[in-house]
Amino acid sequence: MREIDRRTRFSRRGFLRTTGAAVPVAAIAGTSISAGAAWAQDAKAIAPHAMATLVKAARDIFPHDHIGDVFYVRAVTPWDAKAGKDDAHKAMVAEGIARLDADAQDAHASPYLNVAWESDRVALLRGIEHTKFFKTLRADLVVSLYNQPEIWPKFGYEGSSAEYGGYLARGFDDINWLPTV
Amino acid sequence: MAQFDLNDDSLVVIIGSGAGGGTLGNELAQKGVKVVILEAGDRYESADFVNDEWASFAQLAWKDMRTTSGTWRVGKDFPNLPAWIVKAVGGSTVHWAGASLRFEEHEFKVRSTYGALPGANLLDWPISLAELAPYYAKAEDKMGVTRTNGIPGLPGNNNFRVMEAGAKKVGYTQVHTGRMAINSQPRDGRGSCQQIGFCFQGCKSGAKWSTLYTEIPKGEDTGNLEVRPNSHVVKIEHDAAGKVTGVVYASPDGAMHRQKARVVAVAGNSIESPRLLLNSASNLFPDGLANSSGQVGRNYMRHMTGNVYGIFEKPVHMYRGTTMAGIIRDESRHDPKRGFVGGYEMETVSLGIPFMAAFMDPGAWGRSFTSAMDGYSNMAGMWLIGEDMPRETNRVTLDPVAKDKLGLPVASVHYDDHPNDVAMRAHAVQQGSAVYSAVGATRLIPTPPYPSTHNMGTNRMSEKSRDGVINKFGQTHDIKNLFVSDGSQFTSGAACNPTLTIVSLAIRQADNIARMMEQREI
Repeated sequence: MREIDRRTRFSRRGFLRTTGAAVPVAAIAGTSISAGAAWAQDAKAIAPHAMATLVKAARDIFPHDHIGDVFYVRAVTPWDAKAGKDDAHKAMVAEGIARLDADAQDAHASPYLNVAWESDRVALLRGIEHTKFFKTLRADLVVSLYNQPEIWPKFGYEGSSAEYGGYLARGFDDINWLPTV
Repeated sequence: MAQFDLNDDSLVVIIGSGAGGGTLGNELAQKGVKVVILEAGDRYESADFVNDEWASFAQLAWKDMRTTSGTWRVGKDFPNLPAWIVKAVGGSTVHWAGASLRFEEHEFKVRSTYGALPGANLLDWPISLAELAPYYAKAEDKMGVTRTNGIPGLPGNNNFRVMEAGAKKVGYTQVHTGRMAINSQPRDGRGSCQQIGFCFQGCKSGAKWSTLYTEIPKGEDTGNLEVRPNSHVVKIEHDAAGKVTGVVYASPDGAMHRQKARVVAVAGNSIESPRLLLNSASNLFPDGLANSSGQVGRNYMRHMTGNVYGIFEKPVHMYRGTTMAGIIRDESRHDPKRGFVGGYEMETVSLGIPFMAAFMDPGAWGRSFTSAMDGYSNMAGMWLIGEDMPRETNRVTLDPVAKDKLGLPVASVHYDDHPNDVAMRAHAVQQGSAVYSAVGATRLIPTPPYPSTHNMGTNRMSEKSRDGVINKFGQTHDIKNLFVSDGSQFTSGAACNPTLTIVSLAIRQADNIARMMEQREI
């Protein structure tokens, strides 16, 4: 069977598609999720700590260990521009993060970002699952994370095919492991 | 190409350009009848289509607001998107998958065959399979349906081959790559399928039949058909005698235009068609046009649907190739011993990563969800589609609050699964799971129904005027020169995909409209 090259390749197109901003890829590639990261510092309407917490929550909501942080950053970055234009959205983010941190302090004497185990952070997210903040974040992410063409090969998905002549000569029927019946 | 005057009252005006409207328009034009098709959406060509699920959705889908109620899961997951249909020239034949199956004889006689089911509003069709058979044959020839007219079946892709191997292991015998209105060899000026995938996003090679590049240009070439895109009909008008006289439609700038007509045919799909009849209420017809029975908008059907995806140890790449060229037909029979009436088909289906994320388990998150997504390349998928029960309470009404941008009430869609639908879905999921388990699936994902692609029944056909909206020719019982030409005509939904039947009814209706016009009945 024709397999797919799953190595990461960055393209400007994929970046612009999700963020609409002109932050160079190099500025966010390979960093960890913290308030000190350049992408968190560059946020204008959302505080760096809140920005970093959003990205961490995004990864905890849709955890894919083979997907780098950069793609979660990209998925969440549009929320900063939205908060800049929409006071209600800005307040929802601030209140949502404050609630998450307060719950984390109660349970673990630590802000959400520093709770070590994913399972503990997921329990905190379950606690706010019914809130508008969580529902909006999840519903946005299911598009803004998975609609990045650069992550599709990591799932073995090849995206647009018409320009390559479809799959007629590229393995539409190349399965070779089925039992003969 | 023809261009007709707004005051020309000799025209047949068709509202909608999909399987029903597009076919009817061409058939009438071929007979010399002057036709205007008013299409709410824009006109795109194959080259404009994009192999990108969300971008294509933005381009083609009917996104105008609708509301929902009822216990169906679609209403919870997609409260403002009850249906996934197209707003563009070609209508939903732009994004349909191509499956073209005939109804079985008993599926026209559901009340006689299934009996009186509590909570179901079953009624026999006023036509039989024998009456429709010649038109099925014409439709299959027109559309180039594989496995008819000597046309070979499509080659099976990886997704089909998994289904086929599993089906044979569990003992199914009616397993093949379907009767598909997708060219397996060049035909009718169109090439053969390139196995692109993205059948739901508009066929970029033109191998799949769509009225957009078959019926419509053929009709236009006669000089008798004008297609007006971006023309959203908001009201059908009538005279004091109760005959329809024309329609009012809005262009994108909000300006209103009045097109006169001798005959009006409504083909806006089963949500918009009843909405238009209801929004056309007048002093003479206070409950909406053609609604003396009170059945306009009722008996909304959307098929029992569901999906099973299986994850395997090794890759499948289900998205490669024709999306729905694979079927198991063994369960489509009526066999009440299974615990439900009617039957269902199992058909291959695949989604790309963006839509798989959105539709696999709407609302889900966490590792259970993402680990299933991680299995994407090793996934095979099938769609389960069966007959759902018509219910008077499953209906399209005018929302009492929500208005569209023109200030008109939007359609509100209420749907409750009938116990028969629930029993059938459980059986179908169990059988689909057995198929994949038989060839080594390590995980099974029973995915809930997607927003409805098959919308039917809201202006149903009936022998008696008290039981339905239209007669056996799609002519409304109440108004002689008003017709319905889309899937809202269906008295019942059968186990199979509706398009072939919509096209067959449209060909038959064209014969009858032309005859009635010639005999001055209308």
